[in-house]
Amino acid sequence: MKLAGPVLGMRFPLARGRRTRPAVDNNPVVLSQRKVYILPSRLGAFFCVTLMLMLLGSINYSLSLGYLLTFLLAGLGVTTMLHAWRNLTGIEVRPGRRDRAFAGGRARFSLFLRNPSDFPRHAVGLRRGHGTFQYANVAPNDESEAHVELPAERRGWLDPGRIEVSTSFPVGLFRAWAFVRFDLRVLVYPRPEPGQPPLPSAAPREGDGTASASGDDDFAGLRDYRRGDSMKRIAWKSSAHREIPVVKEFSGGRGAAEIWLDWVACPPDFDVERRISRLTNWVLAADASGRPYGLRIPGREIAPDFGRGHLEQCLTALALYAP
Amino acid sequence: MSRISKPVLEAEALTTSRVLGLVGCLAAVLAPHAMHVPLWITLIVACAMLLRAGFAWRGYGLPATWILAALAVAAAAGTWLSYGMLFGRDAAVALLILMLCLKLMELRSTRDAYVVVFLGYFGVITNFLYSQTVPMGLYLFACVWLITAYLIGMQRQAGPRSVVALLRHSAVLLGQSIPVMAVLFILFPRIPGPLWALPQRSGSGVSGLSDTMAPGTLASLSLSDAVAFRVEFDSEPPPPSLLYWRGPVMWDFDGRTWRTGEAEVDFRRDVITSGNPIGYTVTLEPHHTRWLFGLDLPAQVPRNGIVTTDFELISLRPIRERTRYHMRSQLDYQIGRNASPATLSRGLALPDGFDPRARALARSWRETAGTPREIVQRALNMFRQQPFFYTLVPPELGMNSVDQFLFETRRGFCEHFASSFVFLMRAAGVPARVVTGYQGGVMNPVGNYMIVRQSDAHAWAEVWLPDAGWVRVDPTAAVSPQRIEAGMDAAVPAGDPLPLLARTDNEWIRQMRFAVDSFTYGWNQWVLGYTQERQLAMMARLTGRRVNTQSIVLMLAIGTVVTVSVLTYLTMRRQRRRPRDPVVALWDAFSRKLARRGLPRRPGEGPRDYVARASRELPPELREQVEAVGTLYVRIRYEADPPARAAASLREAIRAVRLDTR
Repeated sequence: MKLAGPVLGMRFPLARGRRTRPAVDNNPVVLSQRKVYILPSRLGAFFCVTLMLMLLGSINYSLSLGYLLTFLLAGLGVTTMLHAWRNLTGIEVRPGRRDRAFAGGRARFSLFLRNPSDFPRHAVGLRRGHGTFQYANVAPNDESEAHVELPAERRGWLDPGRIEVSTSFPVGLFRAWAFVRFDLRVLVYPRPEPGQPPLPSAAPREGDGTASASGDDDFAGLRDYRRGDSMKRIAWKSSAHREIPVVKEFSGGRGAAEIWLDWVACPPDFDVERRISRLTNWVLAADASGRPYGLRIPGREIAPDFGRGHLEQCLTALALYAP
Repeated sequence: MSRISKPVLEAEALTTSRVLGLVGCLAAVLAPHAMHVPLWITLIVACAMLLRAGFAWRGYGLPATWILAALAVAAAAGTWLSYGMLFGRDAAVALLILMLCLKLMELRSTRDAYVVVFLGYFGVITNFLYSQTVPMGLYLFACVWLITAYLIGMQRQAGPRSVVALLRHSAVLLGQSIPVMAVLFILFPRIPGPLWALPQRSGSGVSGLSDTMAPGTLASLSLSDAVAFRVEFDSEPPPPSLLYWRGPVMWDFDGRTWRTGEAEVDFRRDVITSGNPIGYTVTLEPHHTRWLFGLDLPAQVPRNGIVTTDFELISLRPIRERTRYHMRSQLDYQIGRNASPATLSRGLALPDGFDPRARALARSWRETAGTPREIVQRALNMFRQQPFFYTLVPPELGMNSVDQFLFETRRGFCEHFASSFVFLMRAAGVPARVVTGYQGGVMNPVGNYMIVRQSDAHAWAEVWLPDAGWVRVDPTAAVSPQRIEAGMDAAVPAGDPLPLLARTDNEWIRQMRFAVDSFTYGWNQWVLGYTQERQLAMMARLTGRRVNTQSIVLMLAIGTVVTVSVLTYLTMRRQRRRPRDPVVALWDAFSRKLARRGLPRRPGEGPRDYVARASRELPPELREQVEAVGTLYVRIRYEADPPARAAASLREAIRAVRLDTR
């Protein structure tokens, strides 16, 4: 049993330097006694000063009840240290969901905190770096999801790195914390250009001069739902009695009015990021319109298609584009 | 910027309920101060709290800083005007209270709230300056419970929400803090005496006997139930007629008032005693003068005290806190047989021009009586035979107070009798003096000690007889023997004012009072009176050897480490997992068994999928057993009507899977 080390906050970083630490924690990782650090918070230091003053007053005026109160509060300090430590130790953490984000927005990750004990864990906070904490309670033998948010500043992969799991419960005099590190990378899509720049006109394929922008309007029939079909195209009424939903097909469907979102269609004075931003806007607009669209950027061409999978493919290509 | 977002001291805005809760806690803590601070402070504090609560309720903004600064200056000025100083004990407390209220007025963020909470803890301790009784202690520790609950609620994030849950949590925390508190309280070395002395207003607190006596002075004491001192006798207590607790001796009379005059310290002991001295321990309540009390006649000088020629006991320092001393007294004694002529002439001095009738009466006795002893007897006979009455509400007396009392009103209590008796003796040529102190005391059968109250204050006389020295004569006893034998409540006629507690015919209430006083006595001895001396004595008794401060510090260190270790161990033990559901444990064991064959359960893989995958990959002869385990587990877990003896049959099914037979 390790009494002094983790409880008194005396884990020396040097001591663990020798151990080769895995870059990423096990899944799930247990916040064991070895992993949890604990130290008085600034509030705890302030509390300590208050106790000193109270002790001085008690000595000076021979206040027996003053001694009693001072010592009770000193005991409270010890008790809350143990409670803070207990509140964190033993929690099992596993990575949860990660929501993709657009640059300029906020990326959200979640971790699942499982409490294997028969007492509740209160106010367990997560944060990255020096951000603000997001708190969660975990009932006995239960699991809660806690979130970490961070600003997604640039397109591309965003790695939240190590995440601090921390608690100052019950009274904030001590703070116990541990770091966990999972592979929580999320892809940040480029920031779409604000406004509604007009989509490039549907480029007719060679030899096909009759393409109509209103092709969507001509209902052609129903077919079985396929992954990637837009929700807007599901024929809900007709699907009600069927095991697989059906989607409406239009005569102006693929091939008829496909749009090419082309790198070179952007205004020529745009730099790389503005182009990517414009293309992202177009991709989203085209997806919203439900028309098939293709993406052409230097070194990559994605054939016209539609649906969620296609959208993600396009946005991923834009997010990871490196000139 | 990253510094700002430390987890705890965040400058986060306070919600309305937080503000209201804090104001409530603070009001509870500061309420007892209303008993001693000037009324204007109480009113300002109440207004400030109501205002702040109102602001929070209505969502108004708080006053600007310059207004608060001006108010702070005004508060300091008001304190100065009320107390004449800023740094005396009472003034400092008043100032602290006022500043706390101003702090409430700028309570905006969580950080401010923490400051106020800790000042609240400090506010609790300031109350102990004024009262450390059991009820006050209980009340203030309840306040600590409340503040701690509030502190838990301040963990704004999540955590328990309802007030009941917070209070319960707070009780658990404080309860678990008691072992550390007990160890520290018992073993933390007590440092005697003040570290610094703050000027103190005189006259605060209960005062006991004064060193002057005019008709009426003891009457106010006589109506007080307050305990003067408590006495534990080493053996049997003496009978009530011998319970004269000697206090100030009055020599000088100006016609209205008796005074002690200058106390002399005389090392010539003019004492003859016989018999064994009686030993006892006195626990004296603070009375802010220097008198100590002992039975007639003190045979020992208490620690930190001196004895005067008149056998008064005087402490070297004013009794500002409860003081305990051991004494021995000689009940059978003769003093002052060789009194000096100067002393005797002082014992005959009378002011000129007062009380002619009393003087005439005394002169007539002197002429007719043969011996001083006979003169004394004549005076006592007069008190006994003529219609004198013992009452605590005597009529007012005028210029010639002795004449008026002896010949007109004839109603009074001990000091009237003692005063007029000594006057008569002096006028008759018998040296005499007034002795004040306490007479009597009630044994508390619960704690087996004697309680002497302020209502037992008494005055009697000592006359000097050539063959016996100074002899105690109690004229009150001549008028009202019950006063001496049975106490005040027996002596005072029904209908006269009496200390509330003295009028108790109900035996049950008497017993209750004794039990309560016994508890208070224990509280005083073991909690309030736990001084360095007592600490060292107790440790010496526990360890069986001499202890000093160093060894106490060592014990403190050991005790603290042991207690914290035990608490830590108990906390860690709680940390261990509870035995889980046996079915889940078996399923996990089964998964581990398969994992050893290279088939670990994947995260998120349900039992059906897992077993299906395992039976695909395992050799065919195992397939059936593995699927049996899976089916059974699914039935136990998920079916509405699980099979009987679920765990046992699952264990058998798992045992049937022989993976290592190859």
